[in-house]
This record gives sequence, structure tokens and C-alpha cells, in this order.
Amino acid sequence: MSQATLIQTDRFVLSDSERTAIEHEMHHYEDPRAASIEALKIVQKHRGWVPDGAIPAIGEILGIPASDVEGVATFYSQIFRQPVGRHIIRVCDSMVCYIGGHESVLQAIQKELGIGLGQTTADDRFTLLPVCCLGNCDKAPALMIDDDTYGNVEPGSVAQLLEAYP
Amino acid sequence: MKKLTSFGPANLMARSPETHPLTWRLREDGQPVWLEEYQAKNGYAAARKALAEMAADDIVQVVKDSGLKGRGGAGFPTGVKWGLMPKDESLNIRYLLCNADEMEPNTWKDRLLMEQLPHLLIEGMIISARALKAYRGYIFLRGEYVDAARNLNRAVEEAKAAGLLGQNILGSGFDFELFVHTGAGRYICGEETALINSLEGRRANPRSKPPFPAAVGVWGKPTCVNNVETLCNVPAIVGNGVDWYKSLARPGSEDMGTKLMGFSGKVKNPGVWEVPFGITARELLEEYAGGMRDGYQLKCWQPGGAGTGFLLPEHLDAQMYAGGIGKVGTRMGTGLALAVDHTVNMVSLLRNMEEFFARESCGWCTPCRDGLPWSVKILRALERGQGTPEDLDTLLHLVNCLGPGKTFCAHAPGAVEPLGSAIKYFRHEFEAGVARPQGSAEAKPQAVGA
Repeated sequence: MSQATLIQTDRFVLSDSERTAIEHEMHHYEDPRAASIEALKIVQKHRGWVPDGAIPAIGEILGIPASDVEGVATFYSQIFRQPVGRHIIRVCDSMVCYIGGHESVLQAIQKELGIGLGQTTADDRFTLLPVCCLGNCDKAPALMIDDDTYGNVEPGSVAQLLEAYP
Repeated sequence: MKKLTSFGPANLMARSPETHPLTWRLREDGQPVWLEEYQAKNGYAAARKALAEMAADDIVQVVKDSGLKGRGGAGFPTGVKWGLMPKDESLNIRYLLCNADEMEPNTWKDRLLMEQLPHLLIEGMIISARALKAYRGYIFLRGEYVDAARNLNRAVEEAKAAGLLGQNILGSGFDFELFVHTGAGRYICGEETALINSLEGRRANPRSKPPFPAAVGVWGKPTCVNNVETLCNVPAIVGNGVDWYKSLARPGSEDMGTKLMGFSGKVKNPGVWEVPFGITARELLEEYAGGMRDGYQLKCWQPGGAGTGFLLPEHLDAQMYAGGIGKVGTRMGTGLALAVDHTVNMVSLLRNMEEFFARESCGWCTPCRDGLPWSVKILRALERGQGTPEDLDTLLHLVNCLGPGKTFCAHAPGAVEPLGSAIKYFRHEFEAGVARPQGSAEAKPQAVGA
């Protein structure tokens, strides 16, 4: 395809720890392809997102076309193909959280951060995303910040909650 | 605001091994039951019995006789599913997959089991793998369940160290290895053939059936996919026997055993509880969930997840089992019910639900990919009071065209079941969203392309 892509691809090198982790995962499956999602997650864990060059690099390790890796990367909602903030806010938008008032919590977050769903703050601190039911339906509305889950969230407590994530 | 650890009510209710086979081992403090405590509470006794005394086919027969049905929402008989695995012994690479991709809105029962009783699932998988002659298993866990992933991984390591997983388990000659595989989002991964594609590292589009996974599953090998709660039922069935299991449900119930059920919404005590099949929805709501919160009246309710239909307060005496809920016109689904209170507008609620279903469509087949966003567009217009007179007919047309048998998988039928029932019972709320004529032709736009 375009030369620009080739140059970018050539510059991208998986780190030793990324490569080791991906190769370790491959052995859990009958077919190396099965590690593609995990490989994308490994790169994302190290870099925060999956840069273009990682796609062919993962394909090469797993022995599958880059287009297949990209197909997977763009299908799954937790794989980020563009840079995201240091912290990911995932607001549960299930009907239970809807009844529990999640839309006003979402509005409070949007107002506090000045971003909409799918956007990242200018200081690269937060990215705001919706998420399927987090399974905390007795404590609706619920949300996750990185790996932490919070329940009974109120619009008025959003600002204080976000402070813990510099 | 605290990080969540406990399910509260599920841990504190009175439980016994005879009446609460799934949850009696839960700790009151909500902390995980690790191997030592699990074994002290009779854990792995059923696995020992199965591996030492029972042939694989005997275990299949016991599960068949018990009447155990899948707990993931569809309710297919587990023993029948197991019986579909090929008899040809030369097909010796077989897989057991645990569907732990719990993402159905208002479904939060598997998380309880995996976070607090990880060894119950592992024991269930060991016995099931023995029955299915599977040499390897995967727990397909949704990515957001980070606590469940941590606890399951630790439990797997404990089990390996104790000789309960790996080669020659408990000296029986049976080998079984188990991996925890975490997903990367997308509700559709819970569809069993989409789950297989996802596990193989592909986009999670469902596969055409037949062939069924039992014949051609993951990597083309015979595969059985069972839900977390289903597998967690197996140890007690093997340990205590079919007669005991069949005595658990309430009279009148055609489904056997206990079920994790719940009630969410504006109820006094939302929770998940292990209850016998055949309990009435009223008992669940009033006795377990404590009824509606003060100031809130029950408007309608949903028996088991986003993909089940809405029912009215007059249906609360229905028994919670597949046939009991079937009699009043919908499916029991996962059995975790939702109370919709009088303050909720049905158009807005359905808009929220269809936004979810539209977003989570895998996009493979046209009715689902195009029909669900269309329903969202209409519902948003109705919510703003800008609907057209044709919108209701269009919605009902979509309910019909996206129904069972018309799409590649059960995603779209699940999406339109609540929509159809909401229009059936609360048609006036949808009609209220149609724009009123203002006297000028401009204010009453005609539907485009209808």
C-alpha cells in the first residue's frame, strides 16, 4: 500500500517483554492465531493503545495476515486503535443503571471533564467509554475506572471520585 | 464510595448444603473460598467420587436424569447437549468451554460464583470434562471481570498444585488442563459459536449451525460450551444424586434444582439469591427483594435479562421456571428479574435497551445490523415527541422481521422481544411520542422510505 505505512511499520519493533509474553500465550492454544486478542492486549498494556506498526508485527509472530489482526483489533471494544488517556472510565449503560440514573452520572462526568463518550481529555488523563452491564446491578449506577469498579455513584460525587486518578 | 467486594444478601441469607448446593459455602464476609476452606466444606468430594467410581457415560447419564438445564438463558437440557458429543473414540481431542462472558444487562450471577467460589466451577469442570472426555478446558471470561480473573487464576494454580488439575488427576489416569481466557469486550461473545470464533482469535461472528460445536467446535474439534452456573450444578448432582436434585424445586416446576435468581431496580433489597425453581416472581420480589422502595410502584417487570419480554404486576404469581414464565408469554432467561417502576417511561427505557443491542450487534446479518439502529432512530424520535404516525407500525414491523428464525443468531430476537412486549402493554406511551400536528404541513413530516 502506501509508502508511509511501510516506513511506519519498519520503525515499529515489539519489545522483548512484549514478544516473550505473546510467545508464552501462544502455547495455551492449538493454533497461534488464538493468541491474537491476547497479543493486542499485551501491546496495549505496555503502550496504552495499539499503534499501526503493532498490527503486522503481531501477525508476523502468530503467522497470520496483518489484515486478520486488524480485523480482530477493530472488532473488540477493549482494544484501542488510537491513543487513549492514562485512565479509562467505563460507564455501565445497562437498563438497570439507566433506571438507577446513569445518564445524570454520565452528564456529570462529561461536564467535569469537558468530553463526550469516546473522547479523551486534552491533558490525556481520561478517556470516557460506555460499557455493557458490569454486573453490579444491586449498586446501580456502576462504573469502572481502570480496574476499579464503583457502585451507587451519584452525580455529585463524580469530581471527588476522579481526583483519585491523577 | 467504596470499591465493591460483596454481594451482601447472597452471603447473609440462611443456607444449607441440602437446600443451597451452589451457595452454601459462601463466606459471610464475601471473601473468596480458597482451596483449604473449600475442601474443608466437602469440596472436591464429588470430583473424587466421579473420577474413582464413575465411567464417563455414567456421569452423562446422571446429568441427563437430573434434568439439569443450561443456566445461560436458553435453558437447553445439559445432558442432551453432552450426549451430542461424538461416540467415535478416535476423536480424542475434545474441548470443554465455560461460557463466563456474562454481559447480559441485569445478569450478575456468574460473577458471584467465580469471585467467591472459584473452586466450585473448577470442580464442576473437572467432572464435566471427565464425562465429555475433554483433555483441555477454557474459561472464557469477559475482560471487565478483573476480580473474577484474579480469583480464578489463583484457584487454578491451587488446584494444579494439589493434583486436581493436570496429569493423572487424583491417581485416576484422567488428564485435564484448564486455562482462563479473558475477552476484550463485545456482548456477542456470549453466543456459543461466536465465543468459539473469539477463542480462536477471530472476530466474534456467530457460526452457522449445523454443524453444532459438539461435532465441529473450537479448532474443528468436538466441543461443549456450558455456562458457569450450569457447570457449578454438576458437583452436587454427582455427589448427592438425582433423587435429591429432583426434590429441590417447588411443586409445579418442570425445571429441576435451584437457580440463582435476583431482583434489581427500585426495590428495597436488590440482590441475587439461590432459590428453588418454581418460586413465584411475587415471592422473589416481596420476600427476597423486600418489595418496592417507598414511593415507587411496580409498573412492569422483566423475568431474566434484557432479552426477555416485559410482564405486568398481574403476572407476578407466575412460577419462575421456563414453562411457568412461558405461560404468561415470555422466556425466563437468566432468572434475574428487573422491576420497572412508575417513574420510568417505556419509550426511554427501550431506547436505552435498543442502543445497547444495536451497538453490540456483530454486523454479520442485515436484519440485525440495519434493523436495530433503525429502531433506535425511531425510539429517539418518539422520546423527543417527534415521531411520525407510521413509527409504531415500523417498530412492529421490525419486531416481526428481527424475530426468531429470521436472523443468523439469537441476538436480534432477544433485542425485539422486550420491544414487542413494551408496545403490547404500553402502546399509549409510544403513541404519545408521535408529533402533534401544528396546523402546518411542515410540522408533520412523512416517514421517509417507510
